Amino acid sequence: MTTPTDWSSPALRARVAARYRAEQRFRLAGLTALSLAGLFLAFLLFTIIRDGWSGFRHAEVSVTVVFDPAQVRSGDYMAMMQAASARLGTRSDVVSEGAWLGLRDTVAAEPDVVGQTRTIWVPTKSSIDMLAKGKFDLNEPALTRGVSNNDIADFHALESSGRLRTAFNGIFVSAADSTNPELAGIWGAALGSLLTLIVTIGLAFPVGVLAAIYLEEFAPKNRWTDLIEVSINNLAAVPSIIFGLLGLAVFLNFAGLPRSAPLVGGLTLALMTLPVIVISARVAIKAVPPSLRDAALGIGASPIQVVFQHVLPSALPGVMTGTIIGMARALGETAPLLLIGMRAFVTDNPQGFLSPATVLPVQVFLWSDDVQRGFVEKTSAAIIVLLLVLMLMNSVAIFLRNRFERRS
Amino acid sequence: MNIMNIPPDRVAATVVPKMTARNVDVFYGAKQAVKNVSIDFSRENVTAFIGPSGCGKSSFLRCFNRMNDTIAGARVSGEIRLDGNDIYGSDMDVVQLRARVGMVFQKPNPFPKSIFENIAYGPRIHGLAQSKADMEVIVESALRRAGLWDEVKDRLHESGTALSGGQQQRLCIARTIAVDPEVILMDEPCSALDPIATAKIEELIDDLRGRYAIVIVTHNMQQAARVSQRTAFFHLGSMVEYGETSMIFTNPVQARTKDYITGRYG
Repeated sequence: MTTPTDWSSPALRARVAARYRAEQRFRLAGLTALSLAGLFLAFLLFTIIRDGWSGFRHAEVSVTVVFDPAQVRSGDYMAMMQAASARLGTRSDVVSEGAWLGLRDTVAAEPDVVGQTRTIWVPTKSSIDMLAKGKFDLNEPALTRGVSNNDIADFHALESSGRLRTAFNGIFVSAADSTNPELAGIWGAALGSLLTLIVTIGLAFPVGVLAAIYLEEFAPKNRWTDLIEVSINNLAAVPSIIFGLLGLAVFLNFAGLPRSAPLVGGLTLALMTLPVIVISARVAIKAVPPSLRDAALGIGASPIQVVFQHVLPSALPGVMTGTIIGMARALGETAPLLLIGMRAFVTDNPQGFLSPATVLPVQVFLWSDDVQRGFVEKTSAAIIVLLLVLMLMNSVAIFLRNRFERRS
Repeated sequence: MNIMNIPPDRVAATVVPKMTARNVDVFYGAKQAVKNVSIDFSRENVTAFIGPSGCGKSSFLRCFNRMNDTIAGARVSGEIRLDGNDIYGSDMDVVQLRARVGMVFQKPNPFPKSIFENIAYGPRIHGLAQSKADMEVIVESALRRAGLWDEVKDRLHESGTALSGGQQQRLCIARTIAVDPEVILMDEPCSALDPIATAKIEELIDDLRGRYAIVIVTHNMQQAARVSQRTAFFHLGSMVEYGETSMIFTNPVQARTKDYITGRYG
């Protein structure tokens, strides 16, 4: 017989204390990791919102416009705008190159205005816009501060005479891309993303879920299905740009579909998303307890009834989680879309699945590459829009998932 | 060891056998789980399968509604007939067979749906109800026969999984009854339940006797003695002995049976 264990001996007490210390260290490490991640996230959001917030506002200047019936008839709104701009008496033109579009819209909205003289607010050119938002350091020497002395003088003159204001930037949220930062908008890219994702989810979700059901519930377990499983796992790890090359070869060169179209972008992203959806759907289906299948089979449900009336409803929350992850990745994907031409400079909002379009992340990429000062805030503003769309999409998906979860 | 080695008077005389099994073998891959078993059972008697764990009694039970079909690598040979028709024959529809031969599982497994839907699901897929009123009648009578009606009549639209374990198992029995089967197979239906819930299920089995041919697999020998009229003792995949329950428990022929029921092993 050995001696009974002395639980109050110093050695055993020390062991217990060491155990608690280990736990405390672990908690501390976890907390540190969490705070670090939170810090990074906060920093990211802070800088993006700080830089991007001004993108949703723009400077406007009030000009006195003579709506000359002759000019309206001939459609020469540009000359009308130039005349109005000249009346401001500034050293150089401060009105945006695209401001005349506003005049056209005004005439279209209220035809009575023809023949009258009106004072209206029109967008300024980018340098005045940047000055109004304080984006230039005026103490810097003229050579490096990026804005001309004329513009600075004009800005001060307009501001002191009360002809300048900043207002909500309607152009940014309704227009597509432009070479002038003050005329560039995010709506075209957002619409392009929406159309692309509709194609992606419309193809990848049903095909992926049905493939998962077949592989999990019906396919025999043999060498062929093993091979398919390995292939799917490999496909999920293939770099996205390879899918872009595949899309280029198959959809553009072989099938002859139009370049830059949301249809082709959606098809390419569907190829990329499919393996993710198949894998997560298989995991979700596998997690459905066999007792549920037994219960349904035991009262005479056919295999198809078991799958569609019992297994799939139970697996749906998990299937949807995988789909959300796949869609979020597709929404943020840039590389494969560059290869199928969705990096094109598109100045019109896409009209359908076959018209040229770009998508949000590609728009961010294009603007971040631009040398003009005005695109810096546009880039950050586009990132804000991208993140908002992502958050919106995820919330809707989580809401749907919770509803399905509660019902089952 | 098979039925032929038992003296004729010990072979349970059944009036009209509902199901008959002859020389049934079950293999899982290369492993033989059931060895050459032959048995008959009828509506008049509850038949209990007893034996130590892994003796093949559950595997054998799952042959009668072809649930072994769902297990990869499972193979059944021999002959099993329901009312004289070979259930493994090419003209037997397995979906219909499982409606005629219902099954209650070891762990209560209600669908994650309402109590009403749990019962209504079977009749609906088999088209047994012509109208909504019909369905309500079916659901009520199934719950009444399972002795659950009074406990759940006010909450038919709550989830079946919110019931207690014993109620869930009776719900599963009601679900089986609702499709009006001819045979009910029960695979250790009380092993996950407390003694009070077990007593209720045993009472229910007794009530259902005569209307359905009932076969119950159990680990609990007292339970076999209480609910069954016929008992088959399985050991290592073979049916060692089959006869009237009272004889098996008081005067078994085989030494192995005697050792098991007296607690020598198991």
